[in-house]
Amino acid sequence: MAYAPHDTAHANHDHDHHDGPAPGIKRWLFATNHKDIGTMYLVFSLIMFFIGGSMAMIIRAELFQPGMQLVDPGFFNEMTTMHALIMIFGAVMPAFVGLANWMVPMQVGAPDMALPRMNNFSFWILPFAFTLLLSTLFVPGGSPAGGWTMYPPLILQTGNAFPMLIFAVHMMGASSIMGAINVIVTIMNMRAPGMTLLKMPLFCWSWLITAYLLIAVMPVLAGAVTMLLTDHFFKTSFFNAAGGGDPLMFEHIFWFFGHPEVYIMILPAFGIISEILPTFSRKPLFGATSMIYAIASIAFLSFIVWAHHMFVDGMPEAAQVFFMMSTMLIAVPTGVKVFNWTATMWRGSLSFEPPMLFAIAFLFLFSIGGFSGVMLAIVPADFQYNQTYFVVAHFHYVLVPGAIFAIMAAVYYWLPKWTGHMYNMTLAKWHFWLSAIFVNVLFFPQHFLGLAGMPRRVPDYAVQFTEWNMVSSIGGFGFGLSQILFAILIIQCVRGGKNASAAVWDGATPTGLEWTLSSPPPYHSFTIAPEVK
Amino acid sequence: MSVTRATGNDNNIPRLRGLPWARALVPAALAAAGNALANTSNGYNLPEGVTDLSRVIYGLHMEVFWICVGIAVVVFGAMIYSLVKFRHSQGAIPDTTMVHSTKVEIIWTIIPVLILVVMAVPAAEVILKMEDTTKSELSIRVTGYQWKWQYQYMDAGEGVNFFSTLSRESNFARQLHSGIDPTTVDNGNYLLEVDHPMVVPSGTKVRLLLTSQDVTHAWWVPDFGVKRSAVPGFVNELWFRVEPGKEGIYRGQCTSLCGRDHGFMPVVVDVRTPDEFKKWVDEQKAALKQPAAPGAEPPRSAQALPQSSN
Repeated sequence: MAYAPHDTAHANHDHDHHDGPAPGIKRWLFATNHKDIGTMYLVFSLIMFFIGGSMAMIIRAELFQPGMQLVDPGFFNEMTTMHALIMIFGAVMPAFVGLANWMVPMQVGAPDMALPRMNNFSFWILPFAFTLLLSTLFVPGGSPAGGWTMYPPLILQTGNAFPMLIFAVHMMGASSIMGAINVIVTIMNMRAPGMTLLKMPLFCWSWLITAYLLIAVMPVLAGAVTMLLTDHFFKTSFFNAAGGGDPLMFEHIFWFFGHPEVYIMILPAFGIISEILPTFSRKPLFGATSMIYAIASIAFLSFIVWAHHMFVDGMPEAAQVFFMMSTMLIAVPTGVKVFNWTATMWRGSLSFEPPMLFAIAFLFLFSIGGFSGVMLAIVPADFQYNQTYFVVAHFHYVLVPGAIFAIMAAVYYWLPKWTGHMYNMTLAKWHFWLSAIFVNVLFFPQHFLGLAGMPRRVPDYAVQFTEWNMVSSIGGFGFGLSQILFAILIIQCVRGGKNASAAVWDGATPTGLEWTLSSPPPYHSFTIAPEVK
Repeated sequence: MSVTRATGNDNNIPRLRGLPWARALVPAALAAAGNALANTSNGYNLPEGVTDLSRVIYGLHMEVFWICVGIAVVVFGAMIYSLVKFRHSQGAIPDTTMVHSTKVEIIWTIIPVLILVVMAVPAAEVILKMEDTTKSELSIRVTGYQWKWQYQYMDAGEGVNFFSTLSRESNFARQLHSGIDPTTVDNGNYLLEVDHPMVVPSGTKVRLLLTSQDVTHAWWVPDFGVKRSAVPGFVNELWFRVEPGKEGIYRGQCTSLCGRDHGFMPVVVDVRTPDEFKKWVDEQKAALKQPAAPGAEPPRSAQALPQSSN
């Protein structure tokens, strides 16, 4: 039973029976090792990325030309809703938690995460949560189709899927909170001697702040969806106007979670980019301390901008002006970050390995998402942009060539460290160039569509929107297919390849404790705490 | 009837079934021909529109856009310069002493703040203007339903009350596997045509009071520069004044996800001169009093419409 690994290990190493992984499936089911759990998070995230991506392909196929050719409008709404839920909670967030699992102990000089059993639990909730969510595709009434924002009263019209959605969201939230607690406890208690907080790598810093955001807002989401649940089944009227409730209150509560959530999906990306650019610029990060303060400022501001998602829904002038100003303020620390990254490359010595390519693409394309973000903050203009494809273009620019490119950059940066093998550089460069080109073909025209007047979340459109939709769909198919290269590359790299050295990027200047470990690193990263000067 | 109404002169759209790229060009050709006035957008930018608000918003939009372009030129320029100039392969030597500069960091914190102030102050003024619904000359109560709009007139139009639903032709064409080429439908206004448009006078401050009977909807006409949600239990207000001389048909859509047929509840506004508007109101009132009177328009909401399957 559960003692089997103990016995096996005991037979081989009588002095240390925690030295290696348990055999077979038990290694994964009862995993308490940060690397094994990190691997499971990353694999899970990749699977969800392909499932959510397939839904995006259905969306882009239906939108290829006007008229309804492929799916029913109700199913189309199910696809947009599920695509968002899966990509946000299933792909992007678990990918960052997976990266944190792998890298935080190795970067702070710890043997493992502080709370390994909770780590196991926080991962293993996810497959159940997403099995539950995905199974709604087969229940009467179909999947949730009211948008990932779950606005009442519409979401209350969901069929049998409704309680499944709420329970799945609760489970995802519990998983995220546990993951966040683990990161905070590990960073606060397990840093190597001499590693003061300000000496800590930027990736750990960005994750520390993200973890506090998660703990602050996931309970808010849980509260909001629980109120939906009781409105639906127990005849409460939190959000039911006819019962004295307030549908707009849901939007306020949701976005009080939702806006910090946006930064939960981008702050770790900032950390990753801050690790990669200095390495391949062969130059330390410019203004490292101000980068930390910038992340902290963005995190603080994320709590006071939520209503900019709902200008159109009606609020007093003073609130509109306040939320416009606070939203615009976010551009200041974000600008500082972009300027510091640029200054890091300035007078450096740049080489263009795959992680650097993705980091550079992040720099340009995330900035484009930032520009459209500033435009959206201008309230009167927001009345024209909001709820159109302009918004779709904006948040996909910050999430796809933003968050997802950063995740890919991280994988290309640390994969040789994880596996001990170098990957196929040619294939990686193909993956980069195809992704970088198609992502723009996919999302740039959506700015035009939104400005020209195409609403978002529609399964069909007026004929004047045909051209840009076709271009966007072609970009979508291209981008989707390009990701198959990514999966192939990872499988190849796990199976074998040229051995990677401890520093992996020998010609460049990788800094950080993880590069002092062998590739792949020992099962318990640092059994003796390194000394940091 | 108003001469500006675009319906009726159809069949000048080439039928290009099976040629998607050629079909894609049809809207452009239509716009060039000045035919259906769906939207004054050029296909890739906001429309300047036909109200003072829409023009102000367009101005703000372009101002902010060009500021962003300016910043992008500087920042991307510096990035591209670095990518070209400081290459390891060209033997660039990194300046590892360049790690921090308080002066530079203060400068690039202050400058964005100033730029943001330049953008925010005029925007705040426009917010106050947009929210000022006082002194309106015509009020219309707009109620969203899954999936149609109800327009109830007040003031000069008191008593006029009708539903506005996707046109029959578009509704047939948008059924799954209908096989109908959307470019041939509703004179090029596929999904942007209704049975009974809202009619308003030009040169008049029109105030809309928006609410909903079921889920949240949103009423949007890009050319008016107004979009506002219709939320059950709330009454949201907006106003617009279409410039005299800009009479015509203006189109938009519901923009807030409202269920299965969210994509199929267009907004169509027929802007007429005040005299023609008055005539229209009188006709409507007469029709209300004598539904069977010869020559009067039948109440459109009574027409049977094909309902979507399942």
